[in-house]
Amino acid sequence: MEFIRLVKLTKTYHLGEMDVPVLKGVSMKVDKGEMVALMGVSGSGKSTLMNILGCLDHPTSGQYFLEGQEISRLTANERAMIRNRKIGFVFQSFNLLARTSALENVMMPLAYTAGHLSDKETRRRAIEVLTRVGLGDRMDHEPSQLSGGQQQRVAIARALVNKPPLLFADEPTGNLDSRTSEEILAMFQQLNEQEGITIILVTHDATVAGHARRAIRIRDGLIEAGAYTGSEDDLVGAAGGEAVP
Amino acid sequence: MRIYRTTRNSVRALRRNIMRSILTTLGIVIGVAAVIVIMEVGNGTSAQMQKRIASLGANNLQVIPGSAMTGGINYGAGSSMTLTPQDCDAIIRDCTAVRGAAPLVRANGTVVYGNNNTLPATIWGTTADYLAVRQWDLDEGLSFTDQDVRNAGNVCLLGLTTVAQLFGREDPIGKEVRLANVNLRVVGVLGRKGANMFGQDQDDVLIAPWRTIKFRINASGQTSPQPQYTQNSTATISNATVNSLANLYPNTAPQLYPAQSPTQQADTPQPVRFTTVNQIICAAGSTAEVHLAIDQISDLLRERHHLRNDQDDDFTIRDMTEVVNVFASNAKTMAILLLIVACVSLVVGGVGIMNIMLVSVTERTREIGLRMAVGARARDILVQFLLEAIMLCLAGGAIGIVFGRSISMGVEHFMHWPIAVSFVAIAISVIVSASVGLIFGFYPAWKASNLDPIEALRYE
Repeated sequence: MEFIRLVKLTKTYHLGEMDVPVLKGVSMKVDKGEMVALMGVSGSGKSTLMNILGCLDHPTSGQYFLEGQEISRLTANERAMIRNRKIGFVFQSFNLLARTSALENVMMPLAYTAGHLSDKETRRRAIEVLTRVGLGDRMDHEPSQLSGGQQQRVAIARALVNKPPLLFADEPTGNLDSRTSEEILAMFQQLNEQEGITIILVTHDATVAGHARRAIRIRDGLIEAGAYTGSEDDLVGAAGGEAVP
Repeated sequence: MRIYRTTRNSVRALRRNIMRSILTTLGIVIGVAAVIVIMEVGNGTSAQMQKRIASLGANNLQVIPGSAMTGGINYGAGSSMTLTPQDCDAIIRDCTAVRGAAPLVRANGTVVYGNNNTLPATIWGTTADYLAVRQWDLDEGLSFTDQDVRNAGNVCLLGLTTVAQLFGREDPIGKEVRLANVNLRVVGVLGRKGANMFGQDQDDVLIAPWRTIKFRINASGQTSPQPQYTQNSTATISNATVNSLANLYPNTAPQLYPAQSPTQQADTPQPVRFTTVNQIICAAGSTAEVHLAIDQISDLLRERHHLRNDQDDDFTIRDMTEVVNVFASNAKTMAILLLIVACVSLVVGGVGIMNIMLVSVTERTREIGLRMAVGARARDILVQFLLEAIMLCLAGGAIGIVFGRSISMGVEHFMHWPIAVSFVAIAISVIVSASVGLIFGFYPAWKASNLDPIEALRYE
């Protein structure tokens, strides 16, 4: 089942007089419940693509369908709602609130949506996800009292608390040692397999990308490989056509 | 629900940086405290100035009888006899803007004690209220009482100049001085009042109950039908045993005409002569009430004197317009000065808050980006930062009120400066500190809400 579909997506930044095209017509597709890696060297347009996919930014042209909804022309507020309901973010640098307990960090996104939930309910949900990432006994600890792996787990719990169908992980293991990285990646795989959450891993590391079932490679603002799963026809028919500038 | 959560977010954010929050608040604390101290000490000083100016007589009103006309000749203000002690009582009773009033009866004469004598500049007969009306304290002894006034008691108060001339270093209290052959016991010495605005020594004075002055001392010039008859009929059988007032007024004029018998008297009734006073002095409740007091007194007296609408007043009311005007402009200047100083300190506090909030926005850029990434709308961020600023200001305002009150109480206690609790100042500072929070908090909050989430997340 199709979850994300990009059609001839472009993004051009305006630096003074100069136009800098970063994405030059990207078309791709991600199915529901997939775990894909978005790969590319720095400057390839990987981050820009991720920002657009994550509804943090809007494309210059082209279309972006998320669960069948065209969202490339939504206003900033509408995009905020989409982010809140459908997308969870995990960052390289964790981005936890300092001097705030793990539990409150996890509860934070609920403040912006879960108006219908009682305080008790939000608390219960936060405790539930924290337990699921294995931090049931560290809920009152502040980020400074947690190890890198534990901090990233808090961040994952925070991303999951709204029960989003889509999870973005931007270099989630970039600040972690290899053993912890393995644990975190295993957790992503588990989430993907058991909960059916669609996961997009943004990385430049082939080892990390190896944990995903498919790698989308991006280079110079175009998708080089892996834009479509499934039939080869799609790949040839669409990506092949786009690949030639 | 949403606003409640945002509020909680703000509270947590403030608590997370408790030291910074306290320092931020300090600006407003000092601003509000300054406003309260300035207003309270200023008001206290202002009230004291008002009191001092009032003791010059700024609030005093003189009610003087109108002028008498005989055969086309005007005898000048005060020459007609229309004011009575009852007028004075009515003024005290009915005029709400009048704090107090006292009738005045004038006398002249040499005061004698032992081998000293002096001619006081003024001799007033009045009631015990006079001292309160003039805001005049006693140096020694006590004032005469209402009973002394009713009974025409032989008592008097002396001004310091009079005391110095009659007694030198002797203690005057309890001694008897003589005025127009009437002995008056000195019951009190008035405090120093100095010269009035026209250079007249106000301490060169003798004050006695008005009935004493009117009936014992001034009586020589007046004829009062009843005493006249009784006194001169001591020989007649009918009244011989009755009159105890016979010796009360020793200065009645020698009788030129034979006494009338009761029958003769009934046949030729003399016009009833009511007791008049030379002046009624009133004190308005405050300088602002002077004009109201004048209107009230004037209405009351016109009614009591049965004046028709087309008749002129048979009295004149004088006020200290000049002094009152000076005082009014003085108070205004003072109020403006206080306001400006207060505003400056609040603006300084507000700018302090704005600075710290701007720093806070910069410092928390990543947090803002994160909040946006997880679904906070621009408005949520704006509201959160605005709430933070307002809460800081309100907390600062509350602490500032406590702080300011303690300072001004300290000033009152240790420096003996007068203060006046100003609820207006407290209300103003609460309102102003909230609006300062809103105004100076808006820019940083707006800046925060306009951040690009991508940039903000990447911010180092």
